[in-house]
Amino acid sequence: MNFGFSDEQDAIRDTLARMLSDHATLAVVHDCLETAEGFDSATWAALAGGGWLGLAIAEDYGGSAMGAVELAIVAEEIGRSLAAVPFAPVLGLATPAIQDLGTQSQKEKLLPGIAEGRLIVATALAEDGGSAPERVSAKVVQDRLSGRKSPVLFAADASFALVAALDEGGTVRLYLADLSDPSVSINPQDAIDRTRPAAEIVFHGAPVELLPGSDPAAIRTLLDSAAVLAAFEQIGLAERALSLTRDYACERQAFGRQIGSFQAVKHRLADMFAKIELARSNAFFGAWALASGDNRLAEAAAVARLSALDAVQFTTEESVQLHGGIGFTWAADPHLFLRRGWQLKAELGPADLWRERLLCDLANGPAAAN
Amino acid sequence: MDFSDSPEEAAFRAKASDWLDANATRRDGSEKAQDHFMARDADEVARARDWQSRKADAGWAGLTWPRAFGGRDATPIEQVIWNQEEGRYAVPPNVFLIGIGLVGPTVMIHGTDDQKTTFLPRALTGEDIWCQLFSEPAAGSDLAGIRTRARREGDEWVISGQKVWTSGAHYSTHGILLARTDPQVPKHKGMTMFLVHMSDPAIETRPIRQISGSSSFNEVFIDDLRVPDSARLGGESEGWKVALTTLMNERFSISVGRASGGARAEELIDLATRVERNGRPAFEDGEVRARIADFIARQRGLEFTSYRVMTSLSRGDAPGEEGSIGKLLLGKLRQEMGAFGMELAGTAAGISAKSGDDVARWRNEYLTAPGNRIAGGSDEIQRTIIGERILGLPPEIRVDKDVAFSEL
Repeated sequence: MNFGFSDEQDAIRDTLARMLSDHATLAVVHDCLETAEGFDSATWAALAGGGWLGLAIAEDYGGSAMGAVELAIVAEEIGRSLAAVPFAPVLGLATPAIQDLGTQSQKEKLLPGIAEGRLIVATALAEDGGSAPERVSAKVVQDRLSGRKSPVLFAADASFALVAALDEGGTVRLYLADLSDPSVSINPQDAIDRTRPAAEIVFHGAPVELLPGSDPAAIRTLLDSAAVLAAFEQIGLAERALSLTRDYACERQAFGRQIGSFQAVKHRLADMFAKIELARSNAFFGAWALASGDNRLAEAAAVARLSALDAVQFTTEESVQLHGGIGFTWAADPHLFLRRGWQLKAELGPADLWRERLLCDLANGPAAAN
Repeated sequence: MDFSDSPEEAAFRAKASDWLDANATRRDGSEKAQDHFMARDADEVARARDWQSRKADAGWAGLTWPRAFGGRDATPIEQVIWNQEEGRYAVPPNVFLIGIGLVGPTVMIHGTDDQKTTFLPRALTGEDIWCQLFSEPAAGSDLAGIRTRARREGDEWVISGQKVWTSGAHYSTHGILLARTDPQVPKHKGMTMFLVHMSDPAIETRPIRQISGSSSFNEVFIDDLRVPDSARLGGESEGWKVALTTLMNERFSISVGRASGGARAEELIDLATRVERNGRPAFEDGEVRARIADFIARQRGLEFTSYRVMTSLSRGDAPGEEGSIGKLLLGKLRQEMGAFGMELAGTAAGISAKSGDDVARWRNEYLTAPGNRIAGGSDEIQRTIIGERILGLPPEIRVDKDVAFSEL
């Protein structure tokens, strides 16, 4: 048993962290919040230039074919940086979907473009009122897709979308849709975090291609994998929010002392730390299950997601609180973390969904039967 | 990152389970839930001693001790593997945890050659059972505030005072005792550590009944106990340094021990399928499902946190403050699970129909959990440790730090 990172993995983290701290500062995130487009295209280009976007893509398609643990490290650093980039939809969902479930020609068409940062493939899984695959009503008939998907993050920046829709037999499958088709309309939505802009996409008989490997079990695995990566992104975010708040508690004086010397403040920060570390432990198990193909992935993903959601919500809310009045202002940083924390729920859904998945998985036993 | 056994670990596990198979009986689920570290009666103490001596003969005692002291030089992970394997068998409680986990390593670092040859082998074989005479009525979280006095008289020390919350003192043969030897200096500077015989008539042990109804710890009264200077462990006035070694090893033992034992959150699933809430199976109730799922996520997180601690220990890092996280979260989780289990199982208010039923089971969990939140550094102390030593927050204002103890 070895529940830590190797020296090489630590080196990967350091390199990426340095790159991100040069490009994706919190000042840039504030700017993205003010602009209509939201997306931080400069950081995305820098990530592509550094080879980070092709990390999990096979070498044949322009990537470097690293493992799940390395990808988890990238997710955590992206989360920590708060960079306004479509990491989770593109690297967490679209890339593995295309690579593991797509055809040769689909891979050739999309993967090199993703690795080079030329192509953004958005993920259109959810619909109003529910997550995929539990609630899907969009439907494909004779390779034509009709329905509404919402929210879709970075839809305006994307060329293609990975869509969950019912096939003619009523089974949820994954499809690729070209968003430049005239039968597709994109309606921007008002998101809590405008640095990851959201939209509704309406498909009026849009031409789509099936990912042939996307049977229900494969979709389940895809979502579980994405939840593990998202947990790392959430942990990075929560840890930065804690660190910011810790620094403020050391700097801010009240009643003649640093406020961090008061137990009411100190113990709250300790609680944040404990929740983050608990989430990290579950996420580690998830990364291992992912990397080793262990049959407890569904369970690992669910507990990683549940504890990450809890850690993020507690940390970001208390970060605003412990900053006092300044934490309630637009100009200060804490609300950036609060907003992003909520937005990270969008693709994969809230805690109650994952609680049910956990209980169902435990009731049915590990996915050994697959 | 690898969660499975390495080839060496797998070989160790196989060896351990082969020996256990040949020497013990597998648990079959009918055993009564009990404390893993406390004996209930003299018979259980005798069975524990017998089991320990068989383990020692076969080289399975004091796994992480150096070979020079009769140990196996095992890694912390191998200790966890042993605990996991031994946990599958119906074996007596490990009443030697304090002797082997806390006192032994302290003697190895601070003891004289005589103390090492006298005490270490007998701790290993289970001949001696140790207790930790640290806390006092007026010194719990603030351990350095102890008042038990040790005065020097020629070649002897005369010790008087009172200790409390001493687990297992009523069946221990020896105690590691922290006493104040110099009240004229600030509190951390005037203490000395001693190794004492519990059978001395100057020591009186009175069991304390806990809120669960059982008695695993004691008050210990010490009235002019005379010990030779050779009973002193470490230098005069260096008791705090020695105590920190013991406490560090206590954290380590707790971290290693935590990977096994305790009620599993999944047991609540089983319970919820057998009882009703609002006229239907409780497991169909949304709130019940949500609570149980969250308990499972928290319990898994604790389990994997202990594996992370193991990994860093096996890489040679000292037992660090990370141990505080598991310590902080475990007690509260057990308390909440106990309360929820009681509510789920009971007609009302924790009333059980017959002994050993579901209510009684979860009530016991609920009534023993506060011990996890208080013993070995309370939740509040753990939060301060995390805040100051991990997060680097400004320390508490300590008004007594530079004042002679006698002036406090």
